[in-house]
Amino acid sequence: MGMDSLIGGTIWDEYSQKVTDLMNNPQNMGEITEEQAKEMGATLIVADFGAESCGDAVRLYWAVDPKTDKILESKFKSFGCGTAIASSDTMAELCKGKTVDEAVKITNIDVEKAMRDTPDTPAVPPQKMHCSVMAYDVIKKAAAQYKGVDMESFEEEIIVCECARVSLSTLREVIRLNDLTTVEQITDYTKAGAFCKSCIRPGGHEEKDIYLVDLLEEYEKEKIATAADASASGENLDFAQMTVVQKLKTVDKVIDENIRQMLIMDGGDMEILDIKENGQHIDIYIRYLGACNGCASSSTGTLFAIENILKEKIDENIRVLPI
Amino acid sequence: MNVYLDNNATTIVDPQVFAEMEPYFVQKYGNPNSLHSYASDTHPGLKTAMEKIYAGIHAPKEDSVVITSCATESNNWVLKSIYFQYILTGRKNHIMVSEVEHPSVIATAKFIESLGCRVTYLPINSEGIVEAETVRDNMTEKTALVSVMWANNETGAIFPVEEIGAICAEHNVLFHTDAVQAIGKIPVDVQQFNVDYLTFSAHKFHGPKGVGALYIKKGKELTPLLHGGSQMGGYRSGTLNVAGIVGMGKAMEAAVDALDYEMTEIREIRDAFEDELLKIEDTFVVTPREKRTPNTILISFRGIEGESMLWDLNRAGIAASTGSACASEELEANSVMEAIGAAEDLAHTAIRFSLSRYTTEEELEYTLKVVKAAVIRLRGISSSYAYAPEGHESGLDAHH
Repeated sequence: MGMDSLIGGTIWDEYSQKVTDLMNNPQNMGEITEEQAKEMGATLIVADFGAESCGDAVRLYWAVDPKTDKILESKFKSFGCGTAIASSDTMAELCKGKTVDEAVKITNIDVEKAMRDTPDTPAVPPQKMHCSVMAYDVIKKAAAQYKGVDMESFEEEIIVCECARVSLSTLREVIRLNDLTTVEQITDYTKAGAFCKSCIRPGGHEEKDIYLVDLLEEYEKEKIATAADASASGENLDFAQMTVVQKLKTVDKVIDENIRQMLIMDGGDMEILDIKENGQHIDIYIRYLGACNGCASSSTGTLFAIENILKEKIDENIRVLPI
Repeated sequence: MNVYLDNNATTIVDPQVFAEMEPYFVQKYGNPNSLHSYASDTHPGLKTAMEKIYAGIHAPKEDSVVITSCATESNNWVLKSIYFQYILTGRKNHIMVSEVEHPSVIATAKFIESLGCRVTYLPINSEGIVEAETVRDNMTEKTALVSVMWANNETGAIFPVEEIGAICAEHNVLFHTDAVQAIGKIPVDVQQFNVDYLTFSAHKFHGPKGVGALYIKKGKELTPLLHGGSQMGGYRSGTLNVAGIVGMGKAMEAAVDALDYEMTEIREIRDAFEDELLKIEDTFVVTPREKRTPNTILISFRGIEGESMLWDLNRAGIAASTGSACASEELEANSVMEAIGAAEDLAHTAIRFSLSRYTTEEELEYTLKVVKAAVIRLRGISSSYAYAPEGHESGLDAHH
C-alpha cells in the first residue's frame, strides 16, 4: 500500500508513448495471402493463438523462405486491448528478417522491452504484461507449424509465471533456499505473480496446471514431513496431548484468526483464563471484555459461535465456559 | 467535441446544486450540533434539504433517511448490521443477493459469508433480470435478508422489486434494494410497495460525490456501523456533511422535476441512438429497452475488445465505459455478460453508453459517427474478421 496505490490511476497513463503510437497506428497490421507469399517464393504460415472469449486473440502471418528458413514478411491481426495490439505489432516487427529458429527465441519480455520509451520504465502496467505473452505464444505456434512439430517442443522447461517467465524449477529452488511462506515473498524474490496474477491461485484470468499457492503448500507439507521425521515429539501433537501452554497458544491463535475481529468490531473482546480437562470434555474458561461483557448474545449466539469455531478448528470435545 | 456518456458511473453536478452548496463552505461553516449561531445558521438549509430528500422517495416522516458518505457505506451498513443482529446471534443463518449486485453488496456478502453466514447469489435470466420466483424458491425459515438492486448499473435492467418485496413480506424477511441507478431515471416510491431499506447516492443524479443515504423503515432499525457522537439520531455518527446534504437535497428536487423529461425525451434520443447503433453489423443489446432505465445502452460490437473501443472513443473526446477484462485491474470479463450467458466471444466486447438529462441529440449524432469509424478501424485490425487461406483451421475458438 502507500500513497500511490490509494487513489489508483488509469491504466492508460502507464502506457509508453510507443504503445500509444502503435495502438493508434499499428505498423505491421495486415494479412499475407497465398498469392503474395507465392510471389515472394515463400511458404505462407498462418498461426492463431488465444480466443475472443478469453479477451485476446491473435493471427500471425509469416512468409518464410523455404531455402534459408528466413522470415521475409510478418503481419498480424489481433482482437484485444491496446497493449495486445501494440504487443502483436512489435512481435511481428521483431520476427522480420530472422530465421524461424531465431524467432522462437523471442520472448514476451523482449516484446515488452522493445516497447519501452526509456530502458528503465516498463512499457505497460503490471496487469497488462499478460497481453505480451500471447505474442510470444503465437510465434511458437507459427514455428511449430512451419517445422511440422509440436508447439511444446520449443518449451525447455515448465513456466509457472508466463508474464515474468519464471520456471517451476527456479520457483522450487528459491522457495526452499529462502524458506518463503507467502506469495508476496515469492514475488519479491522472483517477480512471479507481480503481473497478471493468474499464476497465484486458481480463478485468475488464465487457467494453470500449477499455481504459486500450490508450491507454497508443497513446501509447507515437506517441512512438516521433515519435522515429523526429525522428532516424534514435534509440534504436530493432538490437542489433547499438548501441554497447557501449548494448548493456550493453539486456542489463542484460532481466536485471533477467526473470532477476535468480530468481537472488536462490536466494541468487545475476550481473554482465555484457563483450560482444564473434565472427563471427556476439554473446558476452556474465558472472560468477556468491553462491550461483550454483559451483552445478551455473549451467553447465547456469540458463545455458540466461539464454541463451534473452536470445536471445528481444534477438538470436538471443547466446551467454552464464560466466567 | 467532448461528450460525456458515462452517467451511470457519475454525473456532472447541476450548477444550481453547486450554487446552493457554496455558502456552506466559507460562510455557514458551523457544526450543526454546536450551541451558537454558526450552528443554527446551518439548520434551515439542512431541514429544507432533508424535506426534499424525503419527498424525492416519498418517505413518510416517521421513517428514517440516514445520510451516509456514499452508497457503498449504505450497502455495507445493511448487510453487516443484519449479520450482527441476526446471523451472529444465531437467530437466522441466510441472506440472498443477486449475482449482479454492485461490488459493495457482493464483496460485503462474501465477507459475511466468510464469517459463517449462508449466502445465495440469485441468478439472472437471459434478459439480465432477476426473476422474483427465484427469491421465493430460495426462501428458508432462517433467511434474514434479501438484497436486490432496483436497476442494474451495467445493463440498466429494471428488477421486479415490487414482486420481490411482496414475497419478502409474505415470508417475514427483510428486503433491501440498492436504488442508486433508479433515482432520477424512474419513479421511486418507498410507500408503493414493501421495502425496508433503500440505498441511493447523490452523485448519480447530478449531486456532489461523498453523500449517500439509506432509507430505513420504522421498526426495522439497524445497529450503527459508525459509533460516535450520535449524529443522525445515533444511527450514524460523524459530523454532518452540511454542504453535501444541502447539495443532495437540491439535486433530489431537480431530479424529481426532470423525471418526466428523462422518461420521455431522454428515452427517445436514447432509443434513436440505439436504433442507429444496431444498424451496424454484428451488434447486440441484451436487455429489451422497455425493461431498462431510460438512459442506458449496453451494446456488444463483435470482434472489438471493449478497451480498444474506449480508446478510440476517448481519442475523439467521448467518455463511455466497458466491463471488459482488459480495462479492469482484475482482468475479469463483464460480470453481467457472463451471468447472462451471452455468447462467450461477446463477453469482452460490451460498451456501455449512459445518458443524462444534459445529453443532447447533437452529441449522440457525433458519437454515432465516431463509433462507426472506430468499428471500421478496429474490425480492420481484429483477428475475428481476418483473412485465412483456404483450408486453414481457425485456432481462435478454443480456450487457451
